[in-house]
Amino acid sequence: MSKAESTETTPTEDGVIQSVSGPVVSARDLDARMNDVVYVGDEGLMGEVIEIEGDITTIQVYEETSGVAPGEPVENTGEPLSVDLGPGMLDAIYDGVQRPLDVLEGKMGSPYLDRGVDAPGIDLEEEWEFEPIVEVGDEVGRGDVVGVVEETVTIDHKVMVPPDALEEGETTEVTAIESGSFDVTETVAELANGTDVSMHQEWPVREARPSENKKTPRTPLVSGQRILDGLFPIAKGGTAAIPGPFGSGKTVTQHQLAKYADADIIVYVGCGERGNEMTEVIEDFPELEDPANGNPLMARTSLIANTSNMPVAARESCIYTGITIAEYYRDMGYDVALMADSTSRWAEAMREISSRLEEMPGEEGYPAYLAARLAQFYERAGYFENVNGTEGSVSAIGAVSPPGGDFSEPVTQNTLRIVKTFWALDADLAERRHFPSINWNESYSLYKDQLDPWFENEVADDWAEKRQWAVDVLDEETELQEIVQLVGKDALPDDQQLTLEVARYLREAYLQQNAFHPVDTYCPPEKTYLMLTTIEAFNDEAFRALEAGVPVEEIVDTEAAPRINRIGVQEDYEEYVEELKAEIADELRSLY
Amino acid sequence: MKEYQTITEISGPLVYAEVDEAIGYDEIVEIETAQGETLRGQVLESSEGVVAIQVFEGTSGIDQNASVRFLGETMKMPVTEDLLGRVLDGSGRPIDDGPEIVPEERQDIVGAAINPYSREYPEEFIETGVSAIDGMNTLVRGQKLPIFSSSGQPHSELAMQIARQASVPEEEEAGEESSEFAVIFGAMGITQEEANEFMQDFERTGALERSVVFMNLADDPAVERTVTPRMVLTTAEYLAFEKDYHVLVILTDMTNYCEALREIGAAREEVPGRRGYPGYMYTDLAQLYERAGRIQGRDGSVTQIPILTMPGDDDTHPIPDLTGYITEGQIYVDPDLNSQGLQPPINVLPSLSRLMDDGIGEGLTREDHADVKDQMFAAYAEGEDLRDLVNIVGREALSELDNKYLDFADAFESEFVDQGFDTNRDIEETLEIGWDLLSMLPKDALNRIDEEFIEEYYREEDSEREVVEAAD
Repeated sequence: MSKAESTETTPTEDGVIQSVSGPVVSARDLDARMNDVVYVGDEGLMGEVIEIEGDITTIQVYEETSGVAPGEPVENTGEPLSVDLGPGMLDAIYDGVQRPLDVLEGKMGSPYLDRGVDAPGIDLEEEWEFEPIVEVGDEVGRGDVVGVVEETVTIDHKVMVPPDALEEGETTEVTAIESGSFDVTETVAELANGTDVSMHQEWPVREARPSENKKTPRTPLVSGQRILDGLFPIAKGGTAAIPGPFGSGKTVTQHQLAKYADADIIVYVGCGERGNEMTEVIEDFPELEDPANGNPLMARTSLIANTSNMPVAARESCIYTGITIAEYYRDMGYDVALMADSTSRWAEAMREISSRLEEMPGEEGYPAYLAARLAQFYERAGYFENVNGTEGSVSAIGAVSPPGGDFSEPVTQNTLRIVKTFWALDADLAERRHFPSINWNESYSLYKDQLDPWFENEVADDWAEKRQWAVDVLDEETELQEIVQLVGKDALPDDQQLTLEVARYLREAYLQQNAFHPVDTYCPPEKTYLMLTTIEAFNDEAFRALEAGVPVEEIVDTEAAPRINRIGVQEDYEEYVEELKAEIADELRSLY
Repeated sequence: MKEYQTITEISGPLVYAEVDEAIGYDEIVEIETAQGETLRGQVLESSEGVVAIQVFEGTSGIDQNASVRFLGETMKMPVTEDLLGRVLDGSGRPIDDGPEIVPEERQDIVGAAINPYSREYPEEFIETGVSAIDGMNTLVRGQKLPIFSSSGQPHSELAMQIARQASVPEEEEAGEESSEFAVIFGAMGITQEEANEFMQDFERTGALERSVVFMNLADDPAVERTVTPRMVLTTAEYLAFEKDYHVLVILTDMTNYCEALREIGAAREEVPGRRGYPGYMYTDLAQLYERAGRIQGRDGSVTQIPILTMPGDDDTHPIPDLTGYITEGQIYVDPDLNSQGLQPPINVLPSLSRLMDDGIGEGLTREDHADVKDQMFAAYAEGEDLRDLVNIVGREALSELDNKYLDFADAFESEFVDQGFDTNRDIEETLEIGWDLLSMLPKDALNRIDEEFIEEYYREEDSEREVVEAAD
């Protein structure tokens, strides 16, 4: 939470705690507005006002409340829960209310998270080299970029006029601006209307940052994952859900996206998940290379970690903290991808708070406003025309953890009503270690048509046809498998047996991808395409051989074709694929 | 310290009392009954004038004249290295007639969350000597890996086998002291008989002297069960992060713990979540399970093996379901395999260890480990599928390769999994058995293994091996 004291704060009356029950505290005589941030008790635990009834104010507390007693004071800051925006958010790791975890470790002097310690979201003392891009006398409007700071090796942080400094359409003159070294609180530019622009902005997390309008996304967020790019692509500015039971690979899929998606900025929100998983990200990402430029991955990444054992109220807010940071980089004209793992934990946090408030529950005990909150969150994603005229996007990818893997539960269902890409994880596939265990029959992407032109221009002009071919073969396989379950494979006619063989290559070589193999972990769209054409080439040659009278057993028994399974791990795949295609053709033709 | 005789309501495990001072949330309370008995409890909700108290020992014997004392602090566990070798009750009081415990420190049992930034990622292989775990679902130091079982299954035997055999081969080779291993055993609501089995095993193998045992038995107060695992983990954290022990925590049975949570929730008339369990059960369980791990700059570690019996052997039940979402994998004990006599009856297919990928491979276990594991999973899954089909069409209707998969699946169970509760296999042996089995399949069916490893380990002469005894 923001520590940078704003001058407008009106001194307010302190309240007194009336009762304490877990993370919910109620206070008497507190003069507060809804969603104001308050400090609770003698230790000053951070909390937020969530209900006001008469002179009783109900507060959700972002820290453990053991030992807090009635009679202790509650102090109101008079401001809503906000994040600090400015250079220093990348290569950082925060808890759910934007307290940097590395700073907390130092301040607390302990590996455990203590209570009542606060820290600003960005370092207020660190100095940055500011380079103006406008001059004195230039007219600027809201959101306009006045200068640039090199935040990390990868990202130039653009310093903007705060969107609330001017009215829509209004412009004002720059009266002073200079280059040099500044900390984030110092003024770097002065405007004629009296606004002092610094590198630091604050924004309330529950409010979307303004934009000009939302456009139809037409560029894919290329993930380097074959099944995603190839069959179920997501657009830059798109929304996707990854539901799956435990152990089906939600987190690995999210990590893969965070590592390889071709976004400019990644905001990764670990919401109510495992501590060790976040540690893995913290340890791995600085060492991994950004596939786009070879810089450390952390240089484009902001992490928010509110693990399952951290306070539940902060879990509720961490999603908002994440999306607000994402929107801020979007305003600079960047493509931002936000991963939230997992939105079910977020929904459960809402449920927990709601039940402590004794609200009337909706489906399965979730609050009645669950659907609205989910929709509001995903609506903050999109491909935007920003207030300063640039274009930027926020793609939101949410993992969902349905109880018992049952997709009919409220969080999955309400999410599916909003998102346009659905990657259904499947426990059966995971059990046989088919990874990523995304079920190709259940998953879908509604962006396919609007993204095809991009793939056709950038990769191959028959991209969409090839995809359709693969989908058809896989569909046919699903039907044939039902028969095979009853009578066995050998009872099928030869051509259908061959289709099964082709489908097997699609499943094992194309759809499976080893996230832990140094080469296979990232598959550029060109390779994805070549792999598919190789399987199709095998398909064509094999059927030709079959027509020429070669028995299906002999075709299946050839030696070249199984090497299709190894395309994924080849670094020089182009050469490999060329040779392989030729060998497959030679071998099959030699049979007749 | 003020005493109150102001109890207004007694309901289930809860007591409501009127107070005229500020009482902290979670504070510890002593209640003295008219008969002179002292019961302990904890503040569940604190409002001006009235508090709700949850009584660990149950409320029987309390009447409105009982006196209530608030101790002004939250629940603490007295910790010291001298706890090793001791047997305590579910609230941490010694029950072994040993000397009084002189604590070095008293630590709050509601442990604070470990800062994810301060954690160290667990990647040290623990050799349990059980092939189905070491080979297929490797355990590492600082992991939390529950055993999903059901009533009547030998999960206790498996847990004991792990506790007995667990070692870290790397350190033994390096000649480092590997003796700093400690086991903390937390029993929640298990029967006296089960408890005896554990105790006898501990005494027989001499493990007791490096163990701390917390016993809350089936006839002990249910509410106390909500405290026992916190006592256990507080002790574990102390030994691991302040005294450098590698602590293995066994908690059994988590199902009883969750039942106790539900009981308290119901008594408080809370809005229930799924199947009547409280909506905050995920958070509550996470606060236990997440206390496993490693911390940067500390030598010790806390590894957890919680055991839970799935009601109706159903893993979509809220207890296993929420557990699976928090823990780093799970080991399934399978009733079918058990009735076939497999020891241990681990079903590897739904089992999983999320941390294994970083704990295995060259320099850790062996360079071919990951590939062998992947291939065995795929082949066993294939064989399992075919078993259904064989029931319908018979073996003759299947291709030669399919028959090999069937043989593989049978041999996998009889040779790889069924090793007995007293056999201790090192990882080398486990992987060699793996290769023996994989060599039953033709080379080009091994599409998950690097060609280099096939060259090195594939047993040419075995490729036609008949595994008649396994197929029977």
